[in-house]
Amino acid sequence: MFETINMKILLPELILICTGLAVILLDLVLRKKETVAFIGVAGALLSAYYNFSLMSLGWSGAVFQNMFVLDGYSSFFKLIFYISLIITIFISLNYIKTERVSSGEYYSLLLFSASGMMIMAGAADFMVLYLGIELMSLSLYILAGIMRERRTSNEAAIKYFFLGAFSSAFLLFGISLTYGLTGTTSIIEVAEALNRLGPAGRNITLIAVIFFVTAFGFKVALVPFHMWAPDVYEGAPTSVTAFMSTGPKAAAFAVMGRVLFYAFGALQLQWSAIIEPLSIVTIAVGSILALSQTNIKRMLAYSAIAHAGYASIGFLPGTQEAFAAMINYLMIYIIVNLGAFAVVVIMRREGIMGEELSDYSGLAKKNPLVAFLMLIFMFSLTGIPPLAGFIGKFYIFMGAVEAGYTKLVIAAVIFSAVSAFFYLRVVVYMYMKEAAEPSVLIVPHSVKLVLAFTSIMAILLGIFPSVLLDFARASLLG
Amino acid sequence: MTLPQIFFAYFAVALTGLSLLVVTRRNPVHGVMWMLILFIHVAGLYLFLNAEFLAAIQIIVYAGAILVLYLFVVMLLNLKKIEKERKFQHIWIVGLLVSVAFLTLLIPLLGKFSVYPPPGEYSVERINSEGQIMTVGRVLYTKFLLPFEIASLILLVSIIGAVVLSKRKLN
Repeated sequence: MFETINMKILLPELILICTGLAVILLDLVLRKKETVAFIGVAGALLSAYYNFSLMSLGWSGAVFQNMFVLDGYSSFFKLIFYISLIITIFISLNYIKTERVSSGEYYSLLLFSASGMMIMAGAADFMVLYLGIELMSLSLYILAGIMRERRTSNEAAIKYFFLGAFSSAFLLFGISLTYGLTGTTSIIEVAEALNRLGPAGRNITLIAVIFFVTAFGFKVALVPFHMWAPDVYEGAPTSVTAFMSTGPKAAAFAVMGRVLFYAFGALQLQWSAIIEPLSIVTIAVGSILALSQTNIKRMLAYSAIAHAGYASIGFLPGTQEAFAAMINYLMIYIIVNLGAFAVVVIMRREGIMGEELSDYSGLAKKNPLVAFLMLIFMFSLTGIPPLAGFIGKFYIFMGAVEAGYTKLVIAAVIFSAVSAFFYLRVVVYMYMKEAAEPSVLIVPHSVKLVLAFTSIMAILLGIFPSVLLDFARASLLG
Repeated sequence: MTLPQIFFAYFAVALTGLSLLVVTRRNPVHGVMWMLILFIHVAGLYLFLNAEFLAAIQIIVYAGAILVLYLFVVMLLNLKKIEKERKFQHIWIVGLLVSVAFLTLLIPLLGKFSVYPPPGEYSVERINSEGQIMTVGRVLYTKFLLPFEIASLILLVSIIGAVVLSKRKLN
């Protein structure tokens, strides 16, 4: 009746959860609030160390009757989550003090959200998957509204909560249809049952796949499920927006890949046909609507929508090669996006919001280093060689062309060129306009560290592209 | 039609009608009251599946706790003025079109569920011989332990959120 449970597999998640619990308790006792943030970073680093040492020792496998796995797929995504979490904690250190947010709950909610993401990446059962999504999302709803006095923050929290709950309803509908057909919620067993059923069960499964794609499309902000993203990204605190546009997006892609490739692999042609129009419309709407934005957080929100469209092109060929290109793209996009948001966080000073495009005028004269780093991030987001963004887009487009999606790639490249307008507009404001007032920009040490890391990675991954891509391919194989 | 089928038809139609009643009432307290009847009908559905324990838990938790929570929220919002307004305004046409499209997608599926999954390990005889509460407890704490613990974390996050978003400032 009792089987020994291989708890080692859950160790990374357990460490992160215990760190979150410790942060809430220690916040009451500690006087210096930054220590709580460093405890969070220490917990994340310890969790990462155990994750990769477990993988390298060959301890991967399933636990709890195949409900949770530790494999290369989840480890790659967990690397993205660790980077997203640690960088967000670093850029929040000073921002939290300026915005007067209570720090214990903020950092613990970040840690719980990251644990939810890690549970999502390692889920091998629909129930664990759903609960991981809820854990991640619920923490984010609260974080989006944590600046209680700001009306835009309240609006962001309510919009995110309503639409997130709505998408969870669609996800549950898809899971229940799949359960009704196959009698199981385990992802591998669903794949086996679908193989046994043959074409007879395909129709219902296709409806379930549509519900799944809808639910994951909400989380990732694919068009036409993207309406929440600009308002939520604009209203939430900037460090939370940095976290929201990176970690949870990657987590949603992780579960999308897990469900579509592992559970519904037999229906690959059908769900590729569903995702194909979604991705091109997403790229189009994201790029076009970003052209008229003056608030830089809103512009980065539409850019996040467009980048989700580019990344979802990696689903279309249905091969592991294309999926490796997609996770490579996600890692590059997340590092660069965190760097861009680090610059946006610096611009928030006492009395100045710093979110409008006009606040960036003359930044090149005020602080040439920050302006140059923002130039690197904007160039990389556009996809200009030799920076990392170009490499990410190149591999995805190459995979799509090889699978025969030439027209789609041509349209994507055209919209990529269109997107150059709003990314490089920031560069124009920084370098070619005069500063409005000669205020001084203070860059905290933690943000200096973040800017150094992200800009160096943006350059290195552009010059040595195969390092990350080979790591992605190897982790997908196991 | 056999007697169980007639009863099930009543429950199915009643559930659909009740859920429509819940969302279309102008007075939110009326909507919540219809929801109470809805929950009791769902408990009836559980009885069709020989799950008496779950039916009792459904009434205790949903009708007893969650419904009371809804009423608390309605009370705190103090909605005397809003309850006289018309619901939905002009949007109801779009909602109706979307619902009809949804139904045309789903209704053809109703006949396709002819392929049945293999029966699970907990047949009705086994559950009745071992006792309902024992079976639920055993499965919850062995096979479904991981989802159970993650659900407890979600509850913790909700508590933290409620405190963080609504506590009084202590300056």
